[in-house]
Amino acid sequence: MATVGVIRFPGTNCEFDTVEAIRALGGGAEILWHGDSSLGNVDAVVVPGGFAHGDYLRPGAIARFSPIMGAVVDAAADGMPIVGICNGFQVLTEAGLLPGALQKNAGLKFINAFQTLRVESTNSVFTSAAEVGQELSIPINHFEGNYTCSPETLAELQANDQIVVTYVGNPNGSVADIAGVCNVGRNVVGLMPHPERASHALLGSEDGNVMLQSLLQSVGANV
Amino acid sequence: MKFHAVVDIQLHPGIADPQGSTIERALPTLGFDGMSNVRSGKSVHLDIEAADAAAAEAQLQEVCEKFLTNPVIEGAEITLVEAS
Repeated sequence: MATVGVIRFPGTNCEFDTVEAIRALGGGAEILWHGDSSLGNVDAVVVPGGFAHGDYLRPGAIARFSPIMGAVVDAAADGMPIVGICNGFQVLTEAGLLPGALQKNAGLKFINAFQTLRVESTNSVFTSAAEVGQELSIPINHFEGNYTCSPETLAELQANDQIVVTYVGNPNGSVADIAGVCNVGRNVVGLMPHPERASHALLGSEDGNVMLQSLLQSVGANV
Repeated sequence: MKFHAVVDIQLHPGIADPQGSTIERALPTLGFDGMSNVRSGKSVHLDIEAADAAAAEAQLQEVCEKFLTNPVIEGAEITLVEAS
């Protein structure tokens, strides 16, 4: 069975939700420890939400130096699907695996709310099972989710179809309403919304499952 | 030689600064007029041992690029004082 490794740093708090949501879809998932320098036998990696290393200095600034991140950078270069959710997105930008940066929300409010997203590209490991233009209701839960990049980087993202999901009604000041982006290789995706928190009707939405299914299908799972 | 360093970290010009904007909006409501262009950042103070000031500066530049700043959005100004 294809297995997704979900990395746990000190301060991560969404790893078990993520594992549960993947298993509920029929995929395999296991927790990886940030202090290990190998990814073991996993087929894909999720860097989940939370406050890795307390978010000190900047979110992700210390986490990117955790021993496991060397293996993540190597795996990303080899084409392994790597997804960063919320704090995980911040970690991947700090690690240089994704362009841009996340800074404090415009309005300086921590926002915890369901948010409508629009799928902009299905050419990524986290959106391949969705449709362009599809609207998804998925919660956001962050203080530093304001996606920021230079005008040159934004032009590249647009030219390369790297903007994966956008917000319908910009909640945090993100440039070009960006909620998630992918790398040029399309195997590394980061987004601020939490699809694992929209994975069951009891949670208020199942719209996140199409993303998790995309990830599982990218590593050969029949889900 | 031992030096004391102050690393002043600021967002690049043109990068939106929600904290600075909020401070700027608050100033007139508190009766402080005539203040504008508020930018907020952070400072890191540290002691460093190095052969000379140039070596200390070079090391701090590297630390800033790799760790203390996110060069995508931030830059740093380093002030070095020889410790007495």
